[in-house]
Amino acid sequence: MLKVFLSRLGQAILVMLVVSAVSFVMFRFVGDPVASMSRESATIEEKTELRRSLGLDQPVVVQYGHFLARTLSGDLGISYRNQRPVTQLIAERLPATLELVIVATLLSLALGIPLGVLCALKPNGVAARGVQALSLIGISTPTFVTGIVLILVFAVSLGWLPSFGRGQVIDLGWWSTGFLTASGMTSLLLPGITLALYQLTLIMRLVRAEMIDVLSSDYIRFAKARGLPARYIHFRLALRNALMPVITVTGLQIGSLIAFAIVTETVFQWPGMGLLFIQAVSFADIPVMAAYLLFVGLMFVIINTVVDILYAVVDPRLRARSA
Amino acid sequence: MSTMNLGGIALAVAVGALAGFTAEAKTLRWSSPTDLTTLDPYAHTESFTTSMLHHVFDPLVRHGRNLELEPALAVSWKTVRPDTWRFELRKNVKFHNGNPFTADDVVASITRILDPGSRARGDLVAVDRAEKVDDFTVDIVTKGPYPLLLNDLSGIYIMDKEWMEANGALKPGDVSRGVSTAASTSAVGTGPFKVESFKPEAGTVFVVNPNWWDKPQHNLDRIEFKPIKSDATRVAALLSGELDLIAPAPLQDLQRIGNSSGFKVIEEPSLRLIMLSLSSRPELKTAPGQKNPMLDLRVRQAMWHAIDFEALKKRVMRDKSRNTGTLVAPQVPGFAKDNDQLFGYDQDKAKKLLAEAGYPNGFKTKLNCPNDRYINDEQTCVAIASMWTKIGVQTELQTESRATYFPRRDRGEFDNSMVGWANMPSMDGFATLSSLLAEQKDGYGGSNAGAYSNPKIEELTRKAAVELDEEKRRSMLVDALKEARDTVAYIPVHQQPVAWAMRDGVEIPQFPDEYVRLWFTNIK
Amino acid sequence: MKTLTASPGLITRIGAPISVMVAGVVALVMVACALLASRIAPYDPTDLASFDLINAELPPAFSADGDPRFLLGTDNQGRDLLSAMLYGARVSIAIGGGAVLVAATIGVFLGLLAGYYGGKVDAVIMRVADVILSFPTILLALLVSGIARAVLPGAATAEWAPVILICAIAIHEWVQYARTVRAATMVETAKEYVRAGKVIGLPSRRIMLRHILPNVMSPVLVISTINLAAAVLTEATLSFLGVGMPPTYPSLGTLIRIGNEFVFSGIWWIALFPALALVILVVAVNLVGDWLRDRFNPKLRVKR
Repeated sequence: MLKVFLSRLGQAILVMLVVSAVSFVMFRFVGDPVASMSRESATIEEKTELRRSLGLDQPVVVQYGHFLARTLSGDLGISYRNQRPVTQLIAERLPATLELVIVATLLSLALGIPLGVLCALKPNGVAARGVQALSLIGISTPTFVTGIVLILVFAVSLGWLPSFGRGQVIDLGWWSTGFLTASGMTSLLLPGITLALYQLTLIMRLVRAEMIDVLSSDYIRFAKARGLPARYIHFRLALRNALMPVITVTGLQIGSLIAFAIVTETVFQWPGMGLLFIQAVSFADIPVMAAYLLFVGLMFVIINTVVDILYAVVDPRLRARSA
Repeated sequence: MSTMNLGGIALAVAVGALAGFTAEAKTLRWSSPTDLTTLDPYAHTESFTTSMLHHVFDPLVRHGRNLELEPALAVSWKTVRPDTWRFELRKNVKFHNGNPFTADDVVASITRILDPGSRARGDLVAVDRAEKVDDFTVDIVTKGPYPLLLNDLSGIYIMDKEWMEANGALKPGDVSRGVSTAASTSAVGTGPFKVESFKPEAGTVFVVNPNWWDKPQHNLDRIEFKPIKSDATRVAALLSGELDLIAPAPLQDLQRIGNSSGFKVIEEPSLRLIMLSLSSRPELKTAPGQKNPMLDLRVRQAMWHAIDFEALKKRVMRDKSRNTGTLVAPQVPGFAKDNDQLFGYDQDKAKKLLAEAGYPNGFKTKLNCPNDRYINDEQTCVAIASMWTKIGVQTELQTESRATYFPRRDRGEFDNSMVGWANMPSMDGFATLSSLLAEQKDGYGGSNAGAYSNPKIEELTRKAAVELDEEKRRSMLVDALKEARDTVAYIPVHQQPVAWAMRDGVEIPQFPDEYVRLWFTNIK
Repeated sequence: MKTLTASPGLITRIGAPISVMVAGVVALVMVACALLASRIAPYDPTDLASFDLINAELPPAFSADGDPRFLLGTDNQGRDLLSAMLYGARVSIAIGGGAVLVAATIGVFLGLLAGYYGGKVDAVIMRVADVILSFPTILLALLVSGIARAVLPGAATAEWAPVILICAIAIHEWVQYARTVRAATMVETAKEYVRAGKVIGLPSRRIMLRHILPNVMSPVLVISTINLAAAVLTEATLSFLGVGMPPTYPSLGTLIRIGNEFVFSGIWWIALFPALALVILVVAVNLVGDWLRDRFNPKLRVKR
């Protein structure tokens, strides 16, 4: 067991090294911060001097060495744009993004599971067909279109919900939350729905497929034959069996949601990490871009590694293979 | 976005209950696509951040209601030697923390901006040092005779020396050494407003400074600034009543907003001129080994005559821009009416000029443009590429984000490219000469991406740089700009508009430098 | 196949084939129109000399101030919107299809290798896959196109942008193929006929291509349909973020991005029609893909 754990950990570290190298080298090419950092009428000499003082004139390998050494000591550098420590910037934006992701995940579970059950139990019903059709449209519409349509309808035409930002937030230590105020909660709705839509469709379809699968299995048929009530069979036996993969997928999707929040945050001016990243890209703010990528990569690696180890614990066959 | 801690809420509720409805705080909520990047005035070079910080800090001299230079923290000045200016300072001025304003603050501030680690050092490049004469008199010494010192000083804000000392911020933050200071996130100035909270991308809140030295011409108690990057979302937030003002407002939405009841739109031409730089190199990057057709004046004239500026103005700029024949805006020293004559749109003439130059079938070239920098920049370039193609100059258009566009332009990778020039912050035509028209050497020509070169302009630029007689200096600028027009150094496209949208009841003056000056704003 | 035997003709009985057939026809018609764009479009929107600012923002022909020359109206440059959409759909479909083809080829190849040889080959390929998966699609695509633009001077031009977009999307998508094919190959490799083939000394390449590949192809086809829809959407999102096709050679995504600037201006057709076309196309392809999946491979899960 320890062996599996260590080898997975080793692989995770290797993956992170590659992620850091790739992200760093990539960002060296994405843009040049010197132009955004200089005034309009800056001379060529001023710009050369700035490039030299930032170390951007050195070979990429040398720059990567510096970057890695600093990153390992926990120092992600100073943002070129805001002149503040990058860790501080990320910590400031983390609550906004995580709260958005949590709301999106809850929404997609709360709606996706019942709808999936409905579609599995009454596949011929009008409601199920309607839901299926809507889910198709949901999965086929680009996020940015959904977002702007929601703003048009709920903010501009009806005036029910705010169109941008987080509303009033309350600081609990370093964590700023929108969950404790009315304006914070209403502000979460539109971006939350926008981000949840794809996830919701995914969960609904998964539950439906798993339920249909489980319902046709032998032991459900035995249960039916024994005359157990339908309610018990559907929810206690079938749904419970269908939920395992749902939970796994939901966990694995959290990283994707954080990344997909880039688009949602841009549309709704949601002051989270995605917006930070997009602003950093347009300024070529290399330290912020690299830190964001490392962070998202780390989330993915942690989730994947945990899932892998759990699987190895559950399924001894995998242990033999990876050893 | 407002923030308070739990205690703050309890307090606010209590105070609100006590105060009842007696005092109605005047709050202005407004938005722009850009955010202020830092509160440290010397740690950035963006004109938007400079304009925002003007609410918190004062310079020695400032631009008044008609953009004329007027006394601010300095009450008077004179030149004691060609390279030394003496400033008398205003008395009884206090910083937001209660500290008195004295000559020490001015010297510390100027020293701070001249520090090698200061990002904004270039904004005061002609200054050597500041010296205290007495508590309310300061000498500023330039590196040589320098006519534009007052213009430069109007963008240099004065910080509190005691505060900087107490917070370890006497030197500005330095990205290259990994140093950041308290000045990035807190601002103590003498200005009309104080910063209450600063959260990048989420919002910045200002409250009125009741002890401002000047008589307020506004009735605001509180400013809530919330940047919104997406144009559509920003307009939506205004229309849904979540904002009082958006600046700028997208041109294509002005009509709709203006027609909505309860909203209005104001607009005027900006200082920023959009122009195209044409290649003056021996060969085009797109056709190595062949002579650059654009070295022939007739080809450049043809490319100018090919552009239908009226159509551009009407369709792309919604009739809000001003077409121009010269490279500086009318408000800027160096502008002359004679230079501003438009080149008529005439495709036949353009084709004839091309044929005379030996290109009856035209030639291939490229146009590079940013797509997120100027108003409708990409649309303008698509239209121009289409117009050039129609006379036979087959144009391949490439647009990209400013993050990659400007570095590539600086490296000289483009043949023809779009650039906007506002002569900010000096508001003087000399910047057009020194950055756009002069060759790249001796610190000149920083944005001369087409490698334009003209001995007459070189000479005029160097003379104007040290000419203290304003009459003579202006006529040098005018001569140089005439030469630029005669040789088609650049093709001026238009003067950008400044267009803002707001709810009825917001009274705000507009300025061609695009600054939002809320200390002149009244709301109902 | 268990699902199907359990409720025979599940899909057929609830009448899905009609909707699937409609979707199939819609998808085919849209693809055909797009492929024939240069024949059937009234104008060539990629020819810079063919449009004129004078005609900008004309409403659709059927509305009050419409111009009969432009059925769906014109965009902000005076381009015929219908033509721009036909050409745009062609670009979107070409990029989506190209990305799927590239991803499938790489993924199937690597999946076969990993599943057949196992051991170190498998470990290396799957670790690379993990690295790729640690970047979300959009982020990875943003980075790839960013690098390409920096390294290749002409990257944003009409010739190179599609190639780069295809690579940017495919670099993430191949992993799914590789994982699926690897799993299926591992199952097949353990079967008698493959072992027999090894024993009689058939070359590995022959076993993989002639014997295993045909048996793992059906999930690949199903994934491809669903991925085509996803790739078209990804391309649209990239174009929305400003790193897609150039405005002079727009894809549907580029057209939506341009239209997005006009949602409040009253020029509704520029925003509405391209978005509608994209959604209809993706819905149709997804519908067909879902049906294929349920029909041939009910075990295959929807995964991003």
